[in-house]
This record gives sequence, structure tokens and C-alpha cells, in this order.
Amino acid sequence: MKEEQPLGGKILTPTFLFCLLLFLISLLFIGKRFIYGLGAVTHMSDGYPWGIWIAFDVVIGTAFGCGGYALALLIYVFNKGEYHPLLRPALMTSLFGYSLAGVAVVIDVGRYWQLYNIFLPWYMNPSSVLLEVALCVGAYVLVLWVEFTPTFLTKLGADTAKSRLKKIMFIFIALGILLPTMHQSSLGTVMLVAGSKLSPLWWTGLLPLLFLISCIFLGWGIVVFESCVSAQRYTLPDETHLLGKLSAVMAWLIAVYLAVRFADVAIRGHLNLAFKGDLLGNMFLLENLLLLVPMCILFVPANRRKAPLLFLSAVSIVLAATMYRFNCYIIGFNPGDGWRYFPAFGEIFISIGIVAIEIMAFLWFIKRLPVYRRA
Amino acid sequence: MEIKRRDFLKGVAGGAALALARPTLALAREKIRLPDAVGILYDATLCIGCKTCMVGCRKANDLPPEMQGAQTLWDNPVDLSAKTLNIIKKYEHGTGRDKDRETDGYSFIKRHCMHCVDPACVSACPATALTKDKKTGIVSYNKDACIGCRYCQVACPFNIPKFEWDNPFPKIVKCQLCNHLVEKGELPGCCSACPTGASLFGSLTGLLEEAKRRQNMAPGKYYDFPLSSLESGRTQDKPAAHYIPALYGETEVGGTQVLMLSGVPFGKLGLPDLPSGSYVALAENIQHTLYQWMILPIVALGGLIFLVKKRGDKGE
Repeated sequence: MKEEQPLGGKILTPTFLFCLLLFLISLLFIGKRFIYGLGAVTHMSDGYPWGIWIAFDVVIGTAFGCGGYALALLIYVFNKGEYHPLLRPALMTSLFGYSLAGVAVVIDVGRYWQLYNIFLPWYMNPSSVLLEVALCVGAYVLVLWVEFTPTFLTKLGADTAKSRLKKIMFIFIALGILLPTMHQSSLGTVMLVAGSKLSPLWWTGLLPLLFLISCIFLGWGIVVFESCVSAQRYTLPDETHLLGKLSAVMAWLIAVYLAVRFADVAIRGHLNLAFKGDLLGNMFLLENLLLLVPMCILFVPANRRKAPLLFLSAVSIVLAATMYRFNCYIIGFNPGDGWRYFPAFGEIFISIGIVAIEIMAFLWFIKRLPVYRRA
Repeated sequence: MEIKRRDFLKGVAGGAALALARPTLALAREKIRLPDAVGILYDATLCIGCKTCMVGCRKANDLPPEMQGAQTLWDNPVDLSAKTLNIIKKYEHGTGRDKDRETDGYSFIKRHCMHCVDPACVSACPATALTKDKKTGIVSYNKDACIGCRYCQVACPFNIPKFEWDNPFPKIVKCQLCNHLVEKGELPGCCSACPTGASLFGSLTGLLEEAKRRQNMAPGKYYDFPLSSLESGRTQDKPAAHYIPALYGETEVGGTQVLMLSGVPFGKLGLPDLPSGSYVALAENIQHTLYQWMILPIVALGGLIFLVKKRGDKGE
């Protein structure tokens, strides 16, 4: 039974240093935001109060963290223990995705010094969808850190602590399956509240269901992407056969999703909007085409054994699910009155800085902590 | 393998049975008009576009003028903003000759918080910074609770809550129906200032009756129109205009306490076309069905803990 090990090697590689530079520059914009207010660095407005920090860093960032969730579902609920080698790197990505979504929230909210209000019982509004998302995400970040603690304990050689933690780990694993089910679906319910301000191509009572299904195949896509990229850069065992088996399930899940998606739009009588040839219609078609094509590819068993096809399918699916969220939160959102939104330079750079520090942490973790199994 | 799957399915079935056995509490979320609710009836046919209501609003709320461009003579905001809680806008078409006519005519419209019967902002706010008064129904903002997440802005179908984008310590800003004056028995700034009775304060029931009275008026015939409030005792004798046969705010997203009458279709005046159902009611129903008393999550967690423990230690 192969054990996970640190990959070793230099930390201060060109990639790492470039990311560090990006992060340091973004700190300047973050400083500007806190000194002069949100308007000084962003193009968010009263018409578009939420921009890329919410749509990308929070909504898409946490969805990228669904690799760990999707694998945990498979391994523990559907008893596919053979996927276990993929779990630790996926958990780590979840850890970063969610923790950094938290950082993005602190930068985004206006009255950040009172952000803890939502954790105070006398301020909590139980009717608020956003409260449930916030509490769930907060709890899940804690669960992820606990689930990743054995990796730290191995490096520190703290074997007694590690075995004690492992005895109660099953509680955290269970929570790690429950919590994302709750908040990833609720991130869909969040935009349900926008009502007529969200295009009928995206607004539906089924938003929570669609967000949940899409986060599962997005998670799979991330696992495949990460596995393929890491296998290219570092000497790791070939996991293609594992990923291939999983892909068959994903193809079926995508089929269910597409059926529900199109039936829902058609039954509500808005399918004509998809073919208008305008921005919204084309985004709708593109978002679903990016799912339809890989689905067809993955239904062919021979294709599932080819790493390049798996990789391309994964990229397409990740793009599709990312687009879906972007469309729900920004592109399909139209408050009327001629409001427009395109992120400002500083706003984009802060997002880049957050991703840069995520990459830096990823590289440090895989080189100094036992995350991957060596070939 | 099969035994384990059966256990899993048993757990799910049990949870589902539990969920269905509960009465449909999730649907019982009717938000109705409060008996002592107050409101404003804005009658665009009475409005002459003088904007004294905007001055009255600034005075009542201690707000400085909002000056566009380089000039510092005129208070001339182009829209509601973090500095402007109430605004008069104008609709014009073709020659713009006739008042309160859709074609070749013009009309004014007053925009501010609608103080909804089922406010989306109140439901959306995670920190209870927006609350609806239990008696008057006025929707107020509390900056000490607010975290500045701006979900209220996303939720409001009328795009009313505004944010201080240029302030490092920003607040949400909106009309609060001068609740600081109303609770003393005084009138909101806009209504006490309005010279024509276009902005009329009163009990919501009274205003609804007044609106119905106006819709039954014969255009061109003279009637008494109350000034400032239903109770003021002051009236003006005027010929009734031709109203479109609709009262804006009667049913929109569950109804609002700010009602509008007009001679021009509301859509032309920039008022959004909204269904009578409330979107937040739908979102809350979904949330309550899934999470009421946390029954379903706790049952699911129980099932998950059972499954994960049973699968044994997988090395994590």
C-alpha cells in the first residue's frame, strides 16, 4: 500500500516567485480598497452590487473545491474505496478554495469589522438564504482543516495525536458530505431571490438542484484536471483507469442535468430566448454545449481510457459549470435602467492575487506535506 | 455490498418519511397587510414636478444637496443614490404636450422605497439589518447590524437600497418613511412639503380606499383632493384626470405600502412589471422545507455518520 509523501524540491521556483509578485501587487489594490472604499477599486454599483469577487472568488472558488466533496460522496456513500488515492489532493484544493473564498468575502463586504454579526444569535436572520450559506461555509472550512490535520501531523511526526484524531474523523467526513450539499445548493437559492432581475434562461425554482448537480461534475472535472497536470509535472502513478471509471458516472449525471435544464426552460415557455442570437441566448447555448460535447465523448468506453480526452472533457465541464455560475450571478442578472458592469483593473487584480496565493500555498503544500503518492 | 446499500436506502427512506409526515408548514408563510400599516399614495396626475418633496426629504433627514457636474448651485441628482432618498423623474413622449398622456404627452413619477408588505430586503438580509416595523410596517435600516454584503440590493425588485461606494465605512441608504417623524405623530418630509397632494400620507387601508375613490372619478369633473395626509383636513378642489385602471403596489410582489396612481402606464414610468407572488416567499419555502428545525440535515448527518463509520477507517 503506497503512502503519501512530500514531493520535495525547491519552493522558490519561477512559478512560485511570479505568483508572489502578483500577490504583492494585489496587496496595493487591497490597501486602496480599505483606505478609500469599494468604489475606488471596483466597478460594482447600485445596479450590480455583486461583481467578480462574489461570482468568481466565492461562488466559483468554492465550487472548484467540490472535488473533495464529490470524491467523499463516492468513497463513503457509494463505497467506491478505490478512489481513495485521489482524495487528499482534492481535499487540499477544497481547503484552499473555501479558505480563500472567506478572504474574498472579508475584502468584499462593506462593514467587514462587523462581519461576525452573522454569527451572533441576536443578529442572525434564519429566513435569509445567505445566512445559511455563510454558516455552512464557515462550518465546512473548519471541517476541511480538521480533515487535513492528519497530513500536518504526519509531517510533525505526532503519531499519538494523529491516531486519536483518526478515531473521530468519521464525524468530520460525514459533515464534509452534508455541509457542501447544503450550501452548494443554497448558492443557487441565493439567486432565486433576484426574481425578475435574473433572465428566465437562468431563473427557476430548480436553481438549488441545478447548482448541486453541477457542483458534483465540476468537482469531478477539477479532480481529473489536477490529476493530469500533476502527473505531467511530477512523477506520479497513472490514475487514468480510476478517472475513466468515474467518468461514466459523470456522463450520466450530465445527461440528467441537461434534461432537467432544458425541460425546465421549455416548460416555463422561455426556450425561444436561447435562439435569439443575443449575448444571453448565446451564453446559454455555449454553457450547455460545453457539457453536451464531453458528455457524448465520455459515453464511449474507449474514450474514457485515453488521458488526453479525459483531460479535455474535464476542462470543458469545468468551464461549463463555471460559466453557469457566472451567468447566474452576473451575466444573466439585469437590474434594468441601463446599468452595466465590467470589473475594474484593481478588482481583477485582487482576484488574481487571491488565486496567486492559492497557487503558492498549493506548491508549498505538495512539496513539503504528504499529499501525493509517489509512483 | 448489497446489505450496505440497503442500509443506506433505509436511512434515506426514513428521512423522507419523516420529512413528508410533517404538515406543510413550509407553505404557511403568508405576509398580509398589517392592520395599522401606514403608507404613501403618490398620484402622478396631481404631481407638477416641482420637487418640493425632494427638498422636504433632505430637510427631514438632514441631507445635503447632491450636485451633479461642476456646479454648486442646484440639487440635481439623476437617480436615487446614497445621498438621495427620494426623486422625481419625468416621462416624455413625442411632442410632450399633454399632461398624463402616454402619446405626445408627459408625466412625473416619484421613486423611493416602496415599504413592501413582504419586503425582499428584510428576508434576504443575513444580519437582520433591515426590519419591518410590526405596527406601521415601515422598513428600516440598522447600520449597527449591517455587514455590508449588499444582498438587499440584489433582492430588491425596485432597486431601492443604495450603497456608499465612496466611503471606506459604508452604509446602505434608503427612504425610511421618516419613521422618526411618524412615531411622533408627524408627517414624512415629502408629504408635508407637497403643495398639490400628489404625495399623500395615511393609513394603508385609508389610502387604498382613497385610491379606489379616485379610480371611480369621472375625468374632468371637480372633486376634493386631500393635501399632505388623509387626516389633515386640508383639501384642494380639482378636476380629476384620466387614470389608468390599475393601482401600482396593490399586488406587486405581495403588495407595497407605497401606492401609485397614474395616467400613463406604469411600465413607461420606469416601474417594473412584477408578479403578485413574492420571490423571497419561494426561497424561504424551499429553505424551510429543507431546513426547518434542522430535521432533514440531522437525519442525513445521522445516516452519513453511520455509513462512514461502517466503511471503516480508510486511512484518513
